[in-house]
Amino acid sequence: MDKIVNQKAWFLVLPVFLVVAFSAVLPLMTVVNYSMQDTFGNNQFFWNGVGWFKELLDPSTDLGGRFLASLGRNLFFSLVILAIEVPLGILVALSMPRQGWTVAACLVILALPLLIPWNVVGTIWQIFGRPDIGLLGYVLNAMGIDYNYVSNEIDAWVTVIVMDVWHWTSLVALLCYAGLKSIPEAYYQAAQIDGASRWAVFKAIQLPKMNRVLLIAVLLRFMDSFMIYTEPFVVTGGGPGNSTTFVSIELVKIALGQFDLGKAAALSLVYNLIILIVCWIFYTVMTNAGAERKPQEGAA
Amino acid sequence: MHSIPGRRLIMGLFLIFLLLPIYWLVNMSFKTNAEIVSTMTLWPHTPTLQHYKRIFTDESWYSGYINSLEYVVLNTIISISVALPAAYAFSRYRFLGDKHLFFWLLSNRMAPAAVYALPFFNLYSAIGLFDTPWAVALAHCIFNVPLAVWILEGFVSGVPREIDETAFLDGYSFPRFFIKILVPLIASGIGVAAFFCFMFSWVELLLARTLTSVSAKPIAAIMTRTVSASGMDWGLLAAAGVLTIIPGALVIWFVRNYIASGFALGRV
Repeated sequence: MDKIVNQKAWFLVLPVFLVVAFSAVLPLMTVVNYSMQDTFGNNQFFWNGVGWFKELLDPSTDLGGRFLASLGRNLFFSLVILAIEVPLGILVALSMPRQGWTVAACLVILALPLLIPWNVVGTIWQIFGRPDIGLLGYVLNAMGIDYNYVSNEIDAWVTVIVMDVWHWTSLVALLCYAGLKSIPEAYYQAAQIDGASRWAVFKAIQLPKMNRVLLIAVLLRFMDSFMIYTEPFVVTGGGPGNSTTFVSIELVKIALGQFDLGKAAALSLVYNLIILIVCWIFYTVMTNAGAERKPQEGAA
Repeated sequence: MHSIPGRRLIMGLFLIFLLLPIYWLVNMSFKTNAEIVSTMTLWPHTPTLQHYKRIFTDESWYSGYINSLEYVVLNTIISISVALPAAYAFSRYRFLGDKHLFFWLLSNRMAPAAVYALPFFNLYSAIGLFDTPWAVALAHCIFNVPLAVWILEGFVSGVPREIDETAFLDGYSFPRFFIKILVPLIASGIGVAAFFCFMFSWVELLLARTLTSVSAKPIAAIMTRTVSASGMDWGLLAAAGVLTIIPGALVIWFVRNYIASGFALGRV
């Protein structure tokens, strides 16, 4: 379908442009402004140029060390949860019942964790995991495993990762299920006539059909895990020590905890830039994948 | 759709994994604090409604739910009404900078809320919206409007262009065509987009907490009050948590038939 060139379409986009510009561009300008200055309270500001940025990217300073360490933790966390949630989500989508009331029941239960406020997710896992009052913590300790997410770094990490898997695997599963449902029955019948194995059906029919939704899933999961704040903050508070302090937690600590506006603003900009670059790569891959499928659209 | 061997077992285990922590929360909300702290019981032995009663009778508690619902509904209405014309424009026309604009919009969906917390605080204080539902509703637009445009664009593209052309030939004006023909055609898409706006606005806490202090404080922020000098009020915390799950569960129930197609954002 060819699109018509029509500059008047801008009038239709104008409301969105104004709303988002008001909420995005104005605050971002403040951030840029702060990132070049230093403050000693009392609304007094001093010019600091690119000083904060230099410090931020130099691991030997306090600010740089904290930033790069939290960035490393965050990247590791994102990769781990992607490695667990994507295969598990596909598996769950393939396990969906075919018809009947169980389909609706499964869908509702799957979607449930997605609609729980993020701090309540944290609360749920806090209550569930505590060795004194939580089922999980109690059972693990009764089995002889010394589990305590408050004092042990590895336990804290495992708790945060399991919590994220609990919270978000459903999103991947529901997306994949939507992709699977769009496959016509005739494909499967053809595969059966050809005597294709279960694995061949998955690789040749189901996976290619899920390609686009999987890209959306990976994009959303990467972005949201990269800016995760509330859930680990409620459960571990970034601890023990700094072991589960992710970039957003570090940023809020500097901005609203210490009120170090200059440092926080510089960190925000670099953080935002990283996300923007990754987002751009994904977006390009996605639009190219779409163009390959429908070449005439790309030419329009 | 073909399924894999052992699917019932996998599905069953996964659902148990999902429901177990929620069960524990519900279980705890019906226990007295003495029972929670002293013994480990799998179900409440002395069931009590005291925590729920406290929430429903204490205004500082239940007003939190009203505040939260207020800004969530406001945000959903704003997001959908500005996103609809834009989705139509992106789906039907090419114009100066369209692709860049679309990417810029999407990039805002990906911007971390922590980055905007402080500037939003300054901005909304300066224009006198601080501590009102409007501040939170507008702030949440930053991620909900791009998402709504993205979802609706997929659905509008699913409507054949011939329908527009026929309508215009029949003498429909643009606004009339939009409301009388296009909106009913993509009603399910609007439902899905509204569901997503509701969801992401309902679950977000960082911005909602930063932009309110007293009169518009969301329930999620009020929950932190259960930490007091005498220790945690676990039962009350659990009861408040259970009540925040209910609106979400209701919304899911209403859109359950659209969940599957909706989650693919109209793009399968």
